Amino acid sequence: MPRATTKPTARKPKPAAGAKRASRRSAARVVVLVATRKGAWLFHGDAARRTWRADGPHFLGHIINHVVLDPRDGRTLLAAAKTGHLGPTVFRSTDLGRNWTEAARPPAFARAPEGQKGRTVDHTFWLTPCHANEPNAWYAGTSPQGLFRSDDGGVTWSPFSIINDDSQYRTWMGAQQDGTPDGPKLHSILVDPRDPKHLYFAMSSGGVHESRDGGRTFAPLIQGLEVVDGFERANITFHDPHCVRLCPSNPDRLYQQNHCGIYRLDRPSNEWVRVGKSMPKQIGDIGFPMVLHPRDDDTAWVFPMDGGTVWPRTSLEGKPAAYITRNGGKSWQRLDAGLPKREAWWTVKRQAMTADARDPVGLYFGTTSGELWMSRDEGRRWDLIARHLPEIYAVEAAQIE
Amino acid sequence: MKVLIPTPLQSYTNAREVEATGTTLAELLADLDRLHPGLRFRVIDEQNNMRAHMRFFVNGEQVFDITHPLRPTDSVFLVQALSGG
Repeated sequence: MPRATTKPTARKPKPAAGAKRASRRSAARVVVLVATRKGAWLFHGDAARRTWRADGPHFLGHIINHVVLDPRDGRTLLAAAKTGHLGPTVFRSTDLGRNWTEAARPPAFARAPEGQKGRTVDHTFWLTPCHANEPNAWYAGTSPQGLFRSDDGGVTWSPFSIINDDSQYRTWMGAQQDGTPDGPKLHSILVDPRDPKHLYFAMSSGGVHESRDGGRTFAPLIQGLEVVDGFERANITFHDPHCVRLCPSNPDRLYQQNHCGIYRLDRPSNEWVRVGKSMPKQIGDIGFPMVLHPRDDDTAWVFPMDGGTVWPRTSLEGKPAAYITRNGGKSWQRLDAGLPKREAWWTVKRQAMTADARDPVGLYFGTTSGELWMSRDEGRRWDLIARHLPEIYAVEAAQIE
Repeated sequence: MKVLIPTPLQSYTNAREVEATGTTLAELLADLDRLHPGLRFRVIDEQNNMRAHMRFFVNGEQVFDITHPLRPTDSVFLVQALSGG
């Protein structure tokens, strides 16, 4: 049984340098939503984010790829679930996880015409609430790559846009062996807060794509992105964006952690700039998560991993660290205070690192070895929230009143 | 007819054994889903194929096609395959 640690840190966090600060006192508390290979946990923080109460396991034995709280009502949770034997589904709670009901119609591809081989959803991988002006509407990304939408709070889901069955997109999605070891995925579904029709999504593999017409059409957005040496950049299939994020404080700026580096995009430009080149050479700019500051578009965090030889996907030399930029990627600083100094061969998956909206910003990440860490001062110091959890797939931080 | 339900699906039926009707396995599964909403999609995918780790037995014999005919006296077992980790 995992435990929540309750070890207050006597030291008051110092103000984080460079943060655009406004004094905020709020009754809101942070709940950390942890999705694992064997179930989901909710960790409720106190007002100071110093002690955490574990609520779980929910769906013990289910493979949970994502748990997301609807920020539009502050109480509806969706959880993307399957088991090793049973097919995929989505569970929904309207009381912060006290009770769950299953989707009446989970994401599923259209039935193939007679004589043709159709695709089947292996699992729902990513959940994104639609625009603030579209209450109860959600997007879902699946493995293999599919895009779905629900307009009734996650009860029924339908294929969204043409991409699931479009021959060009199907080509760009590649085959099973073009995806991640856990299956090819559609992820990083982003909604422009100024315009519900302006959408992005990413595919591993299959590149980054943008729609300006509410998903009626999508177009690739890959200019400037590199691919593995020896392959053709123009081939969308070879593009592997690990995690793409849109700045909450500036929807014209995006960052992404790609298979081939860390990038920034400032619209209206279509050209990604590899800001990971300014990472220390011995660390490199390979990893999976990408985390952005809620109020400062120059501040972002990554968690570098070993992408050498056979791609171990572990902390470099067994010394885990996050890196922060406070100038849009011009320079990066190591953040490892409180983390193990050696022999910690962690993997942090693309959905398993996130930030809250507090001031200073709280950061959270989970490891595939089942440890949940947080920093209440933007990464200056890390503390363990829980250990002995199952393999952590996703971590989200939400605010509840 | 009697249908034996494996433990992973008993959250839908609240019982190890239930009654359902159908002249084919497909009809039986449709009836099971009517009585226990959501159950069918956990064992049959959107292309009407049995999911990879589910097994279906009729009178002790494994069947591989959901068009398999059934009689009212048949017994049907839904079984979770011996795989996991």
